[in-house]
Amino acid sequence: MSLLQVNHLSVAIHAHPVLQDISLNVDAGEIVALTGESGSGKSMTSLAVMGLLPRGAQAKGQIMLDGTDLLAQSEAQLCGLRGRAMGMIFQEPMTALNPVQTIGDQVAETILVHEKTPRAVAQDCAAAMLARVGLPGDRFPLSRYPHELSGGQRQRVGLAMAIALRPRLLIADEPTTALDVTTQAQILGLLKELVADFGMGLLLITHDLAVVGSIADRVVVMQKGRVVEAGPTATLLAAPAHPYTRMLFAASRHRVDLPSPPLPKPLLEVRQVVRDYRVRRGMLGRAARFRAVDDVSFTLQRGERLGLVGESGCGKSTLTRAILGLEQVQGGTITLEGEPVWTGARANRGVRRKMQVVFQDPYGSFNPRHRVDRLITEPFHLLDRPPTGPDRQDAIAEALTSVGLSPADAGKFIHEFSGGQRQRIAIARALIIKPALIVFDEAVSALDVSVRAQVLDLLADLCRRYPLSYLFISHDLTVVRSITDRVMVMQAGKIVEAGATEAVFSAPQHPYTRALIAAAPRLPDIARPLIHA
Amino acid sequence: MIGYVLRRLGSLIVSLIVASLVIFMVVEVAPGDPAAFMLGMNAQPDTLAALRAELGLNVSKPERYLNWVSGMVQGDFGTSYTYRTPVAGMIADRMWISLPLAVYALVLSTLIAFPAGIYAASRRGAAGDIAVMGATQLGVAVPNFWFAMIMVLVFAINLGWFSAGGFPGWDKGVWGGIKALTLPAIALALPQAAILARVMRSSLLDMLGEDFIRTARAKGLSGREVLWKHALRNALIPVLTIIGLQFSFLLAGGIIIEQVFYLPGLGRLVFQAITQRDLIVVESVVMLLVFAVIVVNFVVDLTYAMVDPRLRVRT
Amino acid sequence: MSRHWPNRSLMIGAALVLVFISGGMVSLLWTPYAIDGVDIPNKMLMPSAAHWLGTDHLGRDILSMIMVGAQTSIAVAVLAVGIGMGVGIPLGLWAAARAGGWLDEVIMRGNDLVFAFPSLVIAILITAVFGPGAVNAIIAIGIFNIPVFARLTRGAALSLWRRDFVLAARVSGKSGLRISAEHILPNITSLLIVQGTIQFSLGILAEAGLSYVGLGAQPPIPSWGRMLAESQTLVSLAPQLALIPGLAIVLTVLGLNLMGDGLRDMLDPRIRAER
Repeated sequence: MSLLQVNHLSVAIHAHPVLQDISLNVDAGEIVALTGESGSGKSMTSLAVMGLLPRGAQAKGQIMLDGTDLLAQSEAQLCGLRGRAMGMIFQEPMTALNPVQTIGDQVAETILVHEKTPRAVAQDCAAAMLARVGLPGDRFPLSRYPHELSGGQRQRVGLAMAIALRPRLLIADEPTTALDVTTQAQILGLLKELVADFGMGLLLITHDLAVVGSIADRVVVMQKGRVVEAGPTATLLAAPAHPYTRMLFAASRHRVDLPSPPLPKPLLEVRQVVRDYRVRRGMLGRAARFRAVDDVSFTLQRGERLGLVGESGCGKSTLTRAILGLEQVQGGTITLEGEPVWTGARANRGVRRKMQVVFQDPYGSFNPRHRVDRLITEPFHLLDRPPTGPDRQDAIAEALTSVGLSPADAGKFIHEFSGGQRQRIAIARALIIKPALIVFDEAVSALDVSVRAQVLDLLADLCRRYPLSYLFISHDLTVVRSITDRVMVMQAGKIVEAGATEAVFSAPQHPYTRALIAAAPRLPDIARPLIHA
Repeated sequence: MIGYVLRRLGSLIVSLIVASLVIFMVVEVAPGDPAAFMLGMNAQPDTLAALRAELGLNVSKPERYLNWVSGMVQGDFGTSYTYRTPVAGMIADRMWISLPLAVYALVLSTLIAFPAGIYAASRRGAAGDIAVMGATQLGVAVPNFWFAMIMVLVFAINLGWFSAGGFPGWDKGVWGGIKALTLPAIALALPQAAILARVMRSSLLDMLGEDFIRTARAKGLSGREVLWKHALRNALIPVLTIIGLQFSFLLAGGIIIEQVFYLPGLGRLVFQAITQRDLIVVESVVMLLVFAVIVVNFVVDLTYAMVDPRLRVRT
Repeated sequence: MSRHWPNRSLMIGAALVLVFISGGMVSLLWTPYAIDGVDIPNKMLMPSAAHWLGTDHLGRDILSMIMVGAQTSIAVAVLAVGIGMGVGIPLGLWAAARAGGWLDEVIMRGNDLVFAFPSLVIAILITAVFGPGAVNAIIAIGIFNIPVFARLTRGAALSLWRRDFVLAARVSGKSGLRISAEHILPNITSLLIVQGTIQFSLGILAEAGLSYVGLGAQPPIPSWGRMLAESQTLVSLAPQLALIPGLAIVLTVLGLNLMGDGLRDMLDPRIRAER
C-alpha cells in the first residue's frame, strides 16, 4: 500500500472548481514530481494534503496517508499529523520564517508541539537537525535570526523544521525556484539524500522539467486542475503520451532558430567600468565601499546577440543600469556607436534613445492605470520630435503587429492580457523607437515554459526582420544557450569567462562556469544540431 | 543594540532642541510688549524700561533663547507675567495631575484594547468580531469630553459612585488621587481603546496572512497557537507606533477633559494664561507637554528594539 | 477603481454625512429660527412640534444652531484636510523621489517633529499669539494633518518606485517630478481618498474639542463644541442640551468613518478577491 494515496480529490473554492478528480500516489523512499504550468493546481493539491486549504475551500474525495483518510480528520487531529507524519516546505524562503524568533526555537518548536520533551532536549535535537541539513552549529548557532541568513540557508532551516520529527511524507512546493542555480543543486541533492536516509516519500512540486528529469522517480503532469498523465520519469521523458505533456517537453527542449549574425562592427563598448556603492558601517557612519562592478570590459557588435549569465548578487543588474544610463559609474567608460552614455553627471539623451529594455516581471512592468497605446509610447519622451497624430498611430500599430498582437489592442488596459502577451507588449515598447540595442533583463524568466518558447521564437523572428542587437541577461542557462551567439559569465562583479555560446557551454574554461553548468539541471537532449537559417 | 539606543537618544536631543526653537520663535512673533501690557497704557517710560530689564526682555533674541533653555534645564521656567511668581511652582503641582492622567488613560486603553483586538481577530467574521467592530466603530466617533460629560451624568450625578469632579491632592493619599482620576481616565481611554483595538485586530489579521504563519501551521500548530506564539509578537510592531502617538492625544485630551471634571491640571492654567497673554506660562507648559511626548516616543522606540531583533543589528 | 456597487458601509455613511452637509448648506440660506436672537421666556424647552430639538438656555432653537454649527465643523475639517493634503502629499512624493537622500531625511524628521505637537498644543501656541478663532483652528488641525499625509504618501510612493514600470519610465528619460505626477500619484489616489475621509472625521472631533475649550470659532459663530461647553453647567437640569450636539458630532464622524471603511473595501483588491 502506498504511503500517500490521493483518490479522486476534487476541490472547489467558493463553488469554483479548482481541482478535479485528482488521483496520485507516493511510496516510501520515492520521489514523485508534480508538475505543470501556473494555474495547474499543483500547489493546491499539496495544500489539500496538508489540510491547509484557504478559507471557503471544499474538498471531496479521499487522501489516505498510511491508511488514514486525511479528509475525514478533524482540525485537531490534523494538527497532530502535521509536522509529525507529514512535513512541508514552501517556495519563498525569505518570508517563510518568523522574523522575530531564533532559528533554534523555530526548529525546536516542531518537536515541542508534538512531544513532551524538555526544552533542552528539543534544542539539542534541533541543533542536530540543522547540522544534518548543512548548517553546523559552530557557524550557525541556534541563536541566529532568519534575517542573518541567505535565501538558501533559510530554505535549509525550513527543511530542518519540516523533517525534525522524521515524517513519513515530505511535500516540497517549488523549494528551489527562488534560489540560485548552484544553491538549487545543493538543496535538491540534500533532498535526495534525506529521502534515502529517512525512507521518506517526497512529493516535489515544480514547474521546471529539468529538475523533474534529474531527481524524480515518477512524474505526475497536471493541467488546469486535472491530472493529464503520470508515470515513471524515464518513460515519460522518452515517450510522453498526452499531447499536453508532449507540448511541455517540446517547449522545454525548444531550440530557437537564430539567423546568423552579420559582420561585426562595434556597437556598445564597455571599458574598465567600475561601480561602487557606499555602505554605511558602524554608528558613526564610516563609509565602506562595496564594489558591485569590478573592471568590466566587453564589446557588443552590431547585430550580435550577447548573453550575460550570473547568480544573484554578481552585479549584472548594476551593470545593466549603468549601461542604460540610470546609474553613474565610478570608473571606466561606456559608449554606444562611439558616443559616451555619460557626460559628466548627465546621461546623454541622444545616446539613451538608442537603447531600450525589457524587464522580468510582466505584472509589474506596466502602470495599471494606462492603456496600451500610452504604455508603449513612453519611450517617445526620449525623442526630440515624437510623432503625433496619424504618424503616432502608425508607429503604435507597427509595434503591436511586429510582436504578434493587433493594433486594436492599443485601446485596452494591461490587466486584460496574459503574462506572455504582456511581455510581447513590453517588447513592443522596447522596439517602438527602433533602438540600436535592447537589453533583455531576465525577460522570459517569469513565464511558463510554453509561453517562453513562443516569446523566444518571436525574438528570433524579430532578428530576421530588423537589425536587432541585444544583451540578454538571465540566470537560466538553457535559455541563454539557445538565444545568444556569444555569452559572458559574471561572478562577484567580474567577467570570468566570455566566448561563443556553444564553445563556452560545451567546453567551459573557468571553474565557476564549470560549476554553474554542472549545477544546472538539464533535460536529456534528443540531440538536434542547431541550424542557422 | 547600544548603537540603536544611542542613535535614538541623539534623535531625542535633536527633537527637543528643534521643538524648543519652534516654540520660542512662535512666541517671539507675538505682537505687543508684555511690560506695557502689565503696567497699562499710562506707564512711565523708565518704569517700563526697568520692568523690561527685570523680565529679561532687553537682550537679543538668541541670548534670550539660551537663557530660557539653560534656565529650564536647571528647573527655572521663568516668572509669570501676570502673577509675578515662578512658573515652575505653578506648573509643578498641576503637572502631577495632567501627566499621571495621561499615563493612567494609556494603561487603561491598552488593557482594554489588546484583549478586544485579539479576540476580534481570532473570531474573524463571526459574531464576536462583528460585535467588537461595531462597538469600536461607535467608540472612535465619540468625542472624549462629551463622553466624559455623559459619564459624569450617569455615574456621578445619578448613581453617585464617583464624585462629579475636583481633586483632593496627592498628599491626602495616593488612593484618593487615583479614584479622582479614574472617571476622567476611563472617559479618555475608551475612545482611544476603540482605535487601538482596531489597529490590533487589523495588524494581527495582516500577520495571519503572512507566509511564516503557513509554515507554523505546517509544523502542526493550531490556529490558536499560531496566533499567540507567532502572529502576536510580529503584530505588536505597528501597534507600538500607535501607542506612542496615542500618548500625545491622551495628553491633549486630558487637558480638555479637565474642564469637565474641574481638575486643577495644566489645562486651566494654560487656558487662563492665553486670555491673560501670559506668554511665559504658555511657553513653559507647551514645552513641558512636547517634552513628555518626545520622551514617551523614545521609550516606545526602545521597546521596538526589544520586540524586533532586526533593529538590533548594526547596519 | 472597482466596478462593484457601492457597499453598505459606504451607503449608510454617505447618507449620514449627507444629512449634516445638507443641513449646513441649507442653513446658509435659511434656518427654522434666527440663531442670534435671545428668547428667554422660551428657554430650555423640550423637543416639540414648534422646536424639533427644543431650545437652549437662551431660548435659541437648537435645530437651527445644529444646522449652522454643521457649517463650522465641516468647513474647518475640510479646510484642514485641504492643508494637510495640499502640503503633505507633495512633500511625501518629493521625499520618496529623493529617498535615502538628505531631503528625505529632513522631511521625515520634520514629520516626527510635528507629530510631537498634538493639534491642541499647536492651537494653544497660535491662539496665545494671535488670539482665538476658527482660522486658528483650521491652521492648527491642518498643520497636524500634514505629516499624516506626508508619511502615508511617502510610504506608498516608495513601494511604487521599486516597481519595474517606474524603472521603464526612467529608462524613457522621465524625471522624478514627471514620474511622481504621471505614475505614482494616480496609483495612490484611492489610498489618499480613504485617508482623507479619516482625517476629515478626526478634524470634526478636533474642532469640537477646540471649540469646547474656547480656542475655536468664537461667538456669535455657533459651533457644536461650544454648545457642549455652554450646556455643561446645566447638564443635570437639561441633559438634552448636552446630548444633542454630542449626537450630532457622533453621527457625522460615524458617517465619515463608515464611508472611509466602505471606500477602502471597494478599492482594496485583496479584500475584493476574498469575497
